[in-house]
Amino acid sequence: MYRKTGAEIIVGLLERQGVRALSGIPGGMNLPLYDALSQSQMIRHILARHEQGAGFIAQGMARISGRPEVCLATSGPGATNIVTAVADAKLDSVPLVCITGQVPLGMIGTDAFQEVDTYGMTIPLTKHNFLVRTAAELLEVVPEAFRIAWSGRPGPVLIDVPKDVQNQAVEFEAWPEPGRPDRCPDVNPAELQQAAAMIDAAQRPLFYLGGGVIQANAGGVATRLAEKAGIPVVMTLMGLGAVPSNHPRALGMLGMHGARHTNLALEECDLLIAAGVRFDDRATGRLAQFCPNAKIIHIDIDTSEIDKLRVAQLGIFGNVREVFRGLLPLVEEHAQTPWLERVEALRSAHPMVMPGADDPSTPYGLIRLAASLLDEEAIIATDVGQHQMWTAQAYPHRRPRCWLTSGGLGTMGFGLPAAIGASLAAPGRTVVSFSGDGSIMMNLQELATAVEEQANVKVIVMNNNTLGLVRQQQDLFYGQRVFASRFRNKVDFVRIAKGFGMRAHDLAGCANPAELLERAFQEPGPCLVHAPIDAAETVYPMVPPGAANRDMIGGEFHACTNA
Amino acid sequence: MPAPTPDTIDNSRAAGRCAVLELIVNNHPGVMSHVCGLFARRAYNVEGILCMPLPEGRLSRIWLLVNEEARLEQIIRQTMKLEDVVRVERHGADHEVFERLEEFFGVSPLPSGNGADN
Repeated sequence: MYRKTGAEIIVGLLERQGVRALSGIPGGMNLPLYDALSQSQMIRHILARHEQGAGFIAQGMARISGRPEVCLATSGPGATNIVTAVADAKLDSVPLVCITGQVPLGMIGTDAFQEVDTYGMTIPLTKHNFLVRTAAELLEVVPEAFRIAWSGRPGPVLIDVPKDVQNQAVEFEAWPEPGRPDRCPDVNPAELQQAAAMIDAAQRPLFYLGGGVIQANAGGVATRLAEKAGIPVVMTLMGLGAVPSNHPRALGMLGMHGARHTNLALEECDLLIAAGVRFDDRATGRLAQFCPNAKIIHIDIDTSEIDKLRVAQLGIFGNVREVFRGLLPLVEEHAQTPWLERVEALRSAHPMVMPGADDPSTPYGLIRLAASLLDEEAIIATDVGQHQMWTAQAYPHRRPRCWLTSGGLGTMGFGLPAAIGASLAAPGRTVVSFSGDGSIMMNLQELATAVEEQANVKVIVMNNNTLGLVRQQQDLFYGQRVFASRFRNKVDFVRIAKGFGMRAHDLAGCANPAELLERAFQEPGPCLVHAPIDAAETVYPMVPPGAANRDMIGGEFHACTNA
Repeated sequence: MPAPTPDTIDNSRAAGRCAVLELIVNNHPGVMSHVCGLFARRAYNVEGILCMPLPEGRLSRIWLLVNEEARLEQIIRQTMKLEDVVRVERHGADHEVFERLEEFFGVSPLPSGNGADN
């Protein structure tokens, strides 16, 4: 027989769940939980400087480990602050368990100090949420939260725990089993046969792989399938790394900032094998004109994604890895096909153009230089904006689960805390966060956390003193009326970093950027690299929002001729 | 997809394109928010709702009167994803659960020529 408080039950269940690190901030309504946590010999607490930072630290851990990780916040402003990271986890299907403090049960609904309706507020942003009313319930709710976050299509689960429930002592006979993911659904062999027949019958098949392929650890089998059947692969922002960028079958990222040949190949395909994707508008452009000649095979662990936006001729409900494993022996082998030749012709006629790729003072050049100094173990995080798209385009994504970016919600401020979380989940690996001067300001305070934890995080701030992607859209689509996107004040990021106690390097006027970057990457612990870039730099190609993917602006390849 | 305008809702009602959904859900405070919130944020109009706990009190039954749109199957799949939803069953508009409600609502919730009158 055990006698424990609600707070002790939570900590005990987290320990039994295998949680060894979590991030959060204490406050009035989660102090009992923090008091219990202080007695844990197993769990390391990472004190963030803003609850959103705590949420993204946990996300960074979860995106690397593939299992639910935990973040904590107090009631009221703690909960509202952490909600952005929770919403981000929902849109990118990241397993997360967020535990918030709440005012005592008797005070709920009285507009008490630091009271918000956290349960009501997080219904649309979570995979599921709980408001716990007795300490005994925690024995069921906590393992259930982990099971839900981890099963099927992963996602965030929030547990709101009133302070008196944290303090309530209960007796119980035995600890419950830790939460585990549900078994994957069985793959229907008839559907596999049908898919193989469609693939073999297609003249111009194309893989369209997304974050679900990464989540299912299906990158390896996807690559083998593409090799055996001779099928080119496009990837979404979330799917980058599923098939290595330099693989002959890989066509890189599709959509708004995809290469011309990538989007043009999609125009011509007659069978689209969509796996772990949701036909997001940034990927498809105007949906009615996306792959206009293609039949669709749609594989997903979430049935509600199948037929949601585009009706599939064949929908397969299942784990992508198991479906691909089942398909691998069934498809015919093709080493060379007219379609592959056509795709190569498109690639040479409309290659990805990266101006300045050899010049480290340009965005593409800086990313390529950094990549040349990093191995395939390196983890790359980004913030949101131009630097994110440049990195998606130019960084050689060599392996799955090494690429952390806020795809669905597009949250500026994601990069630094996510990188800290990644470094905690993968000690010994180098984590590089590409950021912009706009994004880094949105969770700048976490520089303090990075220093305190001595996280092995290298933050590269591409500084154009501008909200670059906003400015680019104003230039292109708002009559060049550049408004509210240029900062008038110039921030000294090197001094800022040093003020946080972080090493900082400046690429401005640097004679040997390669030497500087190499040193930054070699030194253990965190550092910031300031990289000034030209405010006139653009991300091309670009599909205007709402346009078809074939209507790309910029990024044309001009072959040198003497004509 | 644009949210249905009142015009299109009226047209579909006049055409009798309604469906009745029967949900078995966990009975706890908040489950109605989960179900109604899902329909609201996916811009799928709910014409009528009835909800009562089942005898033992652990589960509740929710009846929803909805328009039959092309997206109905999609919203049903989304509903089935809710952790608190145990089962969803789809009935035709002629299901009697929304009959005989005139005295409480003044009008029949069912379109004429569809259900009780026939």
